[in-house]
Amino acid sequence: MRKPLDSIVELIRATSTSLASDVTCALKKALGLEKTNPSAKVVLKTILDNVKLAEKNSTPLCQDTGTLTFFVNSALKKKASPETIREAVRIATKNGWLRKNAIDSIDGKSYDDNCANGLPVIHYLDDVKGVTLLMKGGGSENMSRQYSLPDGTLGAGRDLDGARKCILDAIDKTQGYGCAPGIIGVCIGGDRATGYETAKMQLLRNLNDSSPDKRIAALEKRILKESNSLGIGPMGLGGKTTLLGVKIASCARLPASFFVTIAYMCWALRRRTIEL
Amino acid sequence: MKQILLPIDENQVRSLRAGDAISISGLIHTGRDKFHKFFADGGKIGVDFNGGALYHCGPVVIKENGIWQVKAAGPTTSVRENPYESAFIEKSGVRLIIGKGGMDDKTHDAMKRFGCVYVQAVGGAAALAAQAVKSVDGVDFLEEFGAAEACWHFNVEDFTGIVAMDSLGNSLFKAVADYSSKRLLELLG
Repeated sequence: MRKPLDSIVELIRATSTSLASDVTCALKKALGLEKTNPSAKVVLKTILDNVKLAEKNSTPLCQDTGTLTFFVNSALKKKASPETIREAVRIATKNGWLRKNAIDSIDGKSYDDNCANGLPVIHYLDDVKGVTLLMKGGGSENMSRQYSLPDGTLGAGRDLDGARKCILDAIDKTQGYGCAPGIIGVCIGGDRATGYETAKMQLLRNLNDSSPDKRIAALEKRILKESNSLGIGPMGLGGKTTLLGVKIASCARLPASFFVTIAYMCWALRRRTIEL
Repeated sequence: MKQILLPIDENQVRSLRAGDAISISGLIHTGRDKFHKFFADGGKIGVDFNGGALYHCGPVVIKENGIWQVKAAGPTTSVRENPYESAFIEKSGVRLIIGKGGMDDKTHDAMKRFGCVYVQAVGGAAALAAQAVKSVDGVDFLEEFGAAEACWHFNVEDFTGIVAMDSLGNSLFKAVADYSSKRLLELLG
């Protein structure tokens, strides 16, 4: 049996160097849809070649190895303690599987071991399996957005259709900046903090699933179709696939607040779970 | 695919058109947020960019047996450098700006005036980009800016990209954004 530390180091290596298989499938499907647009074809082919090469060489898929967010089952708090996780991050950084990616916000100094105040992010939760790691880069994080309904400029009222309008506006504003084709996690409702947290957690869902709530499932499907009709395409150079997936959840809200929060994820959706 | 051997002159860069797929070989230099702010604040860069290429990139580079090895080197988002880039183009003589997402009208104007193009590298395709780096020809500002923001000098071979903004004012991004904003209005109803 592997020690927990070794298992977590391996989790980081595997997450950084290989793409989730449902995402690879979706990218292949997107390439198949592009018959005439040369830029979209070149971009998707390059992405798929890169996925293969990174896995073969065991090097990072993307140089922005992102915010490391660990979701750990509460029962594993001893095995996957914050100290063990931080030590694993140090080792993975030394081995070149993670970029030196933590900057002090006050004086701009780099924390060369990626361990700092607030990084890596670790959540201990009762309703998750094993240890899951999500790596999300800064370029896509910069594209996440939160709206407050009603929104007069979009003609978006306090209902599901209002939420739809905000989400489509967010996709249009993002263009190719977040490394399209992307995946969005959305939270309808909640407060400002739980909105972002719930939206980000939707990125852990398999691309092939849909919400158990039929009304939300229908909205997911509709937004995926409508987003892909915007023509933004891979890297914003035009094409048929702007999004690979739309994952929506809802949280209850206060009478005064109605937030719609969109967590934008680039195509390089790096997530992986181990049992430990 | 058009071959670009760095350094290049103004005539060569002005012959490139938005939509051209290009393959770049020669010396390219990375520079991103801290690099641009340092330059704008009057700092001395000390690197000859004349006829050269600036790459918006924060790579993963580690030292193995005393030699720098590039593990991942895809592009970072270029819009953050919009406030600084036109002055950099004017003063440095740079001919290729490589990054992702494109840049604003002010930067594009400088590209038209001084002869420069914007090259879109594929965002996230960091392993392929790293493979094109044949050697590291040194690094500046490693201590001051940190490894992800330092000015690395990469010797590249067949580094590929798409010319997305040319020196005539054509932009692939603009055409796409114009279409999508029209379509959005339809969808908003």
